[in-house]
Amino acid sequence: MVNFRSPELAKQVAGHLKGIAPKFPVKFCHVCGTHEWTVTHFGLRSVLPEMVEVVAGPGCPVCVLPAAEIDEAVKLALEGVTVATFGDVLRVPGSSLSLAEARSRGGDVRIVYGIHDAVKMAIEEPEREFVFFSIGFETTAPLTASEILKGPPDNLSFLISHRLIPPAMELLLGIGDLHIDGFIAPGHVSTIIGLKSYEIFPSAYNMPVVVAGFEPLDILFAIDMLLQQINNGVAKLENEYNRVVKPEGNEKALRHIQQVFNVVDGRWRGLGRLPLSAFALKSKFEKWDSRKKHKIKVGVGRDILPGCQCHLIMIGKINPIDCPLYMSICTPESPKGPCMVSIEGSCRIWSKHGIDTHKT
Amino acid sequence: MIIMCLAIPAKIIEIHGDDAKVDFGEGVLREVNISLVNANTDEYVLVHAGYAIQVIDEKEAQETLKLWTEILEMENPTA
Ligand code: SF4
Repeated sequence: MVNFRSPELAKQVAGHLKGIAPKFPVKFCHVCGTHEWTVTHFGLRSVLPEMVEVVAGPGCPVCVLPAAEIDEAVKLALEGVTVATFGDVLRVPGSSLSLAEARSRGGDVRIVYGIHDAVKMAIEEPEREFVFFSIGFETTAPLTASEILKGPPDNLSFLISHRLIPPAMELLLGIGDLHIDGFIAPGHVSTIIGLKSYEIFPSAYNMPVVVAGFEPLDILFAIDMLLQQINNGVAKLENEYNRVVKPEGNEKALRHIQQVFNVVDGRWRGLGRLPLSAFALKSKFEKWDSRKKHKIKVGVGRDILPGCQCHLIMIGKINPIDCPLYMSICTPESPKGPCMVSIEGSCRIWSKHGIDTHKT
Repeated sequence: MIIMCLAIPAKIIEIHGDDAKVDFGEGVLREVNISLVNANTDEYVLVHAGYAIQVIDEKEAQETLKLWTEILEMENPTA
């Protein structure tokens, strides 16, 4: 398979970036935990020109889940329902308990690789009641939609906590002091949704957008494309990841999403309620809706512990090292906020790479 | 452990209905659901949480790299 990791080519792009970098500071924002991983793991910030900064937006699906939705899953687990979900969700703090803590108190919480595992479990254990805690961005939502369209077993329901990326990008542009000059849009979300949803950024906000893949060269190419737009005084939507992302997205996956979900307002941890930023099951499928089936009621929840700055990390306002608790009180072993729990959280990624100075 | 935004490339070895056996490299084989894509044997797909979400266009990948190599050589002849 063609490889996007050639160090020689990366060096050439880095040289090119230095040549075209503006004399004033520019800030590019990505919105994907995997992008942050690539940027950090390959030390890309250290090869960027002095004036170019890359920050992480709200791209960690586990981090943006509000505590109240963790509380719903915890409540179900403690009431004797088996909760199946992705491993990364387990230690994310709820208002008082995480799912891992619910498990140590006797709740049946199981880690699955994907939704098909949850379906299999429910079929194999018909006497148990199962809930699949379905989280993730547009990349993950169609998988749940596909299973629901197949008609899952009656002893399985879905706690839908999906979120949509473009509304979160739009939120960032409304925060006056962030000063973002361009977006590196997430390749795998775009694999599903295509390019159309990003058109608003160049057209209404004059904001350059480049959809990028996840190899180091992908990110460097995307930054090069953004810089060229800035130098040419234009704002366009471009696709660096065209080996995977088609303009129309994955039409079958989108059809499944549209059949199963309505787009509704959604709360994001520490960021509040964003209009039209979440999926909810259509009433036609309510027999599989955990919230209706199990009549779960929880309070508003407590999203951010005192001292934790995850809400600022998630909008790219500060870096993990700017949080006073980073690697002192808050560590991967004893995390205080979701950004240190999730393997896609910026604090976790930075700490795992031993970062304690400003440029990586 | 699954990284939620991550999709990993894998090569399709054999297809049976909605499922396919894929190779993630270094002999890691797994069954994945391919009902969301139109994929053939020997093609690469991106796999996310047990589902193939897109076919990787190898020709497009080569084109991208070729184009960038050309651009960089043209603008950076000594590099
Ligand atoms: S280092 Fe810990 S406390 Fe600080 S923002 Fe990150 S998760 Fe929150």
